[in-house]
Amino acid sequence: MMMPLAYYVGLSAIMFVLGIIGVLVRRNALVVFMSLELMFNAANLLFVAFSAYFQLLTGQIFVFFVMTVAAAEVAVGLALMVEIFRTKHSIDLDQMSEMKG
Amino acid sequence: MTADFATMLSAVFPEIGLVVLMVVVLGLDLLWRDERVRRLGWITAAGCLFLVVLSLVFALPPAEPLLIWGGMLRLDAAGFVFRIVFLLGAALTALFSLGQDDLQKHGEYYGLMLVSTLGMSLMASAADLIMLYLAIELTSIPLYVLAGFRFRDDKSVEAGIKYLLFGAMTSAVMLYGLSLLYGFSGTTQIAELAEQIDRHSVPVSLLVISLVLVLVGFGFKVSAVPFHFWAPDVYEGAPTPVAGYLSTASKAAGFAVLMRVILTGFWAVTPIWMDLIAGLAIVSMTVGNLLALTQTNIKRLLAYSSIAQAGYILVGVAAGTSFGMSGAVYYLMAYLLTNLVAFGVVSVVGQRVGSDDLSAYAGLSRRAPAVALILLISMLSLGGIPPFAGFVGKVLVFAAAVEAGRWWLALIGVINSIVALYYYLIVLKSAYLLRSEDEQKPLQLMAGWRVALLVCVTGVLVLGVVIAPWFEWAGKAGWALSIY
Repeated sequence: MMMPLAYYVGLSAIMFVLGIIGVLVRRNALVVFMSLELMFNAANLLFVAFSAYFQLLTGQIFVFFVMTVAAAEVAVGLALMVEIFRTKHSIDLDQMSEMKG
Repeated sequence: MTADFATMLSAVFPEIGLVVLMVVVLGLDLLWRDERVRRLGWITAAGCLFLVVLSLVFALPPAEPLLIWGGMLRLDAAGFVFRIVFLLGAALTALFSLGQDDLQKHGEYYGLMLVSTLGMSLMASAADLIMLYLAIELTSIPLYVLAGFRFRDDKSVEAGIKYLLFGAMTSAVMLYGLSLLYGFSGTTQIAELAEQIDRHSVPVSLLVISLVLVLVGFGFKVSAVPFHFWAPDVYEGAPTPVAGYLSTASKAAGFAVLMRVILTGFWAVTPIWMDLIAGLAIVSMTVGNLLALTQTNIKRLLAYSSIAQAGYILVGVAAGTSFGMSGAVYYLMAYLLTNLVAFGVVSVVGQRVGSDDLSAYAGLSRRAPAVALILLISMLSLGGIPPFAGFVGKVLVFAAAVEAGRWWLALIGVINSIVALYYYLIVLKSAYLLRSEDEQKPLQLMAGWRVALLVCVTGVLVLGVVIAPWFEWAGKAGWALSIY
């Protein structure tokens, strides 16, 4: 049996809000990245749900691209974090305050 | 309207050319393991100029906008004008990067810059949400790396990671907005969005939610308040030529998608987005200018100034008319040249004096009269003084606002321009009035810097004096953006 569309939309809204809270509240860069993934996947869930609802494939194609892009973004992010860790021995975002004003 | 294969292929010649140029640059970087690697900047710049010629010959827009490649791209005057703007920006940035060994000795530096230019070019002509998202990320991800390119320098890495975190977060929010739009309409074609939304009779409140979410992503790209927090830190930490590129070409690309998507996709809520954009314009101008007043680091000062400039351009967008869009496009062309030359001078002084502090500019008029004069022209153009390009841009966007019945928006803009003159003149005061002990030591300029500075300044003067031919193109672009 088909689940109603509203369930998917509700779940994705919850995931999205949790992701935003995580990005804003957590100070560890890795956890922030995980929260970002949660936001991306909230959008992905919506795309897939709507895609099934409309019986269209475009939404699912979109999801593949989003996953690829998110992976590329995290790769760059991890590389930068390794560099930060090398000098500061921490990936706490509050420590990144070389510049002020 | 669809096109035949030959038309579609020639329309993306410049984009293909960018990929080829990137491969050439990376290949030469592998082959040249000696001093010759310093030529890569010249090759990049010459290649970009060649691609400008190529797009003038092969990719001229047709009279009627044309959807190509299965509706992914739109061949029109807006995409064409913006592409030339980006290519020029990349060429000038490549020249300003010369002489900085930690940048110019790495082929990937130029490679990443070219990829990001490719992304911008696709952004400006994207006609499908999938293409739009991919193009935005293709622009952003190389720029994250470029901002953190000096990986031995803590400030640069910090700039990179801040830019990445802000960019990823806002792009996730924007993506959520896009997924809602897809849900409301069942299509990813930007041109069909409005019609489908109308057909499904989507409530206005839901549409406004997706509008706000999408605007977060675009607001980040154009660094409008309240999505501006990254700008000062990233500009200060990133290598100066990269900061110049971020503040001009990347911002222009953000405006291209902003105008295209809200005009075409959201016409059902036109009065609401006009008010939202007007609000963004007011806070961007005011906050940007007020925070710029107290800055002592010139890169941070230019960052806040570029936030305020985004506000002026948003005034043109908020007018919502074809004339407003043309004004915004003209402003972006003028702003690209003006701000690139400002960052070019900062890069030159930073290289030779070794500081980005305002105090480093003391005695500049005696050490290098030509550079000081160029700084004078760029600051006056940013401040909107005739006969420079910035003045024409401001007149056009404010006139568009008045014509659309938003005279109060133009009034706030004019007041802000006057406030902004204060800090532009402070920079000039350092350069012209303050003395320093090094006055006898002239600044040595590299040939590449001379060429780039000269091209920019000529452009600023030409755009400020000979207006008609450029405005004709801006007008075509504005018209192409406002029809679908």
